[in-house]
Amino acid sequence: MSELKKEKTSYLKEFTKGILQQNPLLVLVLGTCPSLAVTTSLINGLGMGLAATFVLALSNLVISLIRNFIPDKVRIPCYITVIASFVTILQFLLQAYVPSLNDALGIFLPLITVNCIILGRAEAFASKHKPLVSVLDGIGMGLGFTLALVLMGGIRELLGAGSIAGWKLPFVGPGKALQPILIFIMPPGGFIVFGLVMAIALALTRKFYQRRPDAALAAAEAGGCVACGMQSACAAGKLAESAAEPAGNLAEAAVARRETPPAQAVAEKGAQA
Amino acid sequence: MKALFMILFSVILVDNLVLSKFLGICSYLGLSKNLKNAMGMSVAVTFVMLIATLCTWPIHYYLLLPLGLGYLDNLVFILVIASVVQVIEAIIHKSIPPLYRAMGIYLPLITTNCAILGIMFVNINESYNFMTSIFNSVGAGLGYMLAMFLFNGVRTKMEESNPPKFLQGLPITLIASGLVSVSFFGFKGMVQNLF
Repeated sequence: MSELKKEKTSYLKEFTKGILQQNPLLVLVLGTCPSLAVTTSLINGLGMGLAATFVLALSNLVISLIRNFIPDKVRIPCYITVIASFVTILQFLLQAYVPSLNDALGIFLPLITVNCIILGRAEAFASKHKPLVSVLDGIGMGLGFTLALVLMGGIRELLGAGSIAGWKLPFVGPGKALQPILIFIMPPGGFIVFGLVMAIALALTRKFYQRRPDAALAAAEAGGCVACGMQSACAAGKLAESAAEPAGNLAEAAVARRETPPAQAVAEKGAQA
Repeated sequence: MKALFMILFSVILVDNLVLSKFLGICSYLGLSKNLKNAMGMSVAVTFVMLIATLCTWPIHYYLLLPLGLGYLDNLVFILVIASVVQVIEAIIHKSIPPLYRAMGIYLPLITTNCAILGIMFVNINESYNFMTSIFNSVGAGLGYMLAMFLFNGVRTKMEESNPPKFLQGLPITLIASGLVSVSFFGFKGMVQNLF
């Protein structure tokens, strides 16, 4: 009985960790390109988030099911093929049922294929866990991504277009009390809002991580492209470091501590030679 | 010819790959700290962009479309780009060692970079012809280089400054990118009058 209960809490934990604690966009800094490009309105952010969640949950499921059959050396091409197939299915679905969203997302819809979040979860989670928990992880991470996109899209739409989810505020517009700040729906606004939202998310998680160094360590391991499987390929190893930095120096210290003994050993060996 | 150069300049200055189309943000944030890395990466991106266009454009128009398989672009392009980059890396490693030392280590970083795949989709979606696609891709690569170069300067200055604590690290870097992006607005409308 207690065993079962433990299992359940771990399911819940895997599901909820993506919302804030390991938010893929704001804390782990994965999938930055679509989040800057499509968050010009709340609806687009929501659409992109749900599209990514769909692909993330299904690709996690399939990769987890076939994880024992994939040869280790070609696993990344296998993952990419699975992910690209689901993205193609998604494109068909959106073209058929929500063509307006398909147009709004543009090239960023097919680019879900190379979104770091999805490949990262495939490599760091689905390839090591059972199908059910992998799907929960995928949905949780996807919802965290969606939440961050909706927040950014909402802020940019409110400030830049003076509307909320397409509903125009009555006192904003030409000849009225307030004028929309156009720059927020233009590219620079994307960078600025992303920076500010990320600062808030890091400030919120900082306290938590200071209290729980083990969680900080887990996040640092999952963080950035360190866990992405493409860490040698994705060029953002340094980015992961800088992301882990404000999240709490404890995480970094823990990583450094873990890495010191081998480094020392190497140095000593060098000195002997 | 005029149209080609207009595409080239507008994709470098107005529709900058990083600052206005938001492609390749990961590598832009990750590698702009150090000028040498930034330039190595940019040269590699431009090079792979060119090669990838030379491969994917004919594949789309002469293989996938005649067979009615246009919807497989996504799957085919990424696998083609990944394998072509591997082959190029091996060839350069063997035959042109100085070039390999300059950009070799950046080549594998690019296979899953959204900038490359993104520009391939732009070429297809805008139904550019072969020549235009090549100019668009090379221009996008050069635009990436320009953004990297400029932002490296900003970032070097930023290292010496002391931003508020809650903005330190990535948040202030993103806000600075936003300001660099504003500066590119100055080029709007300029390209049409250039020629």
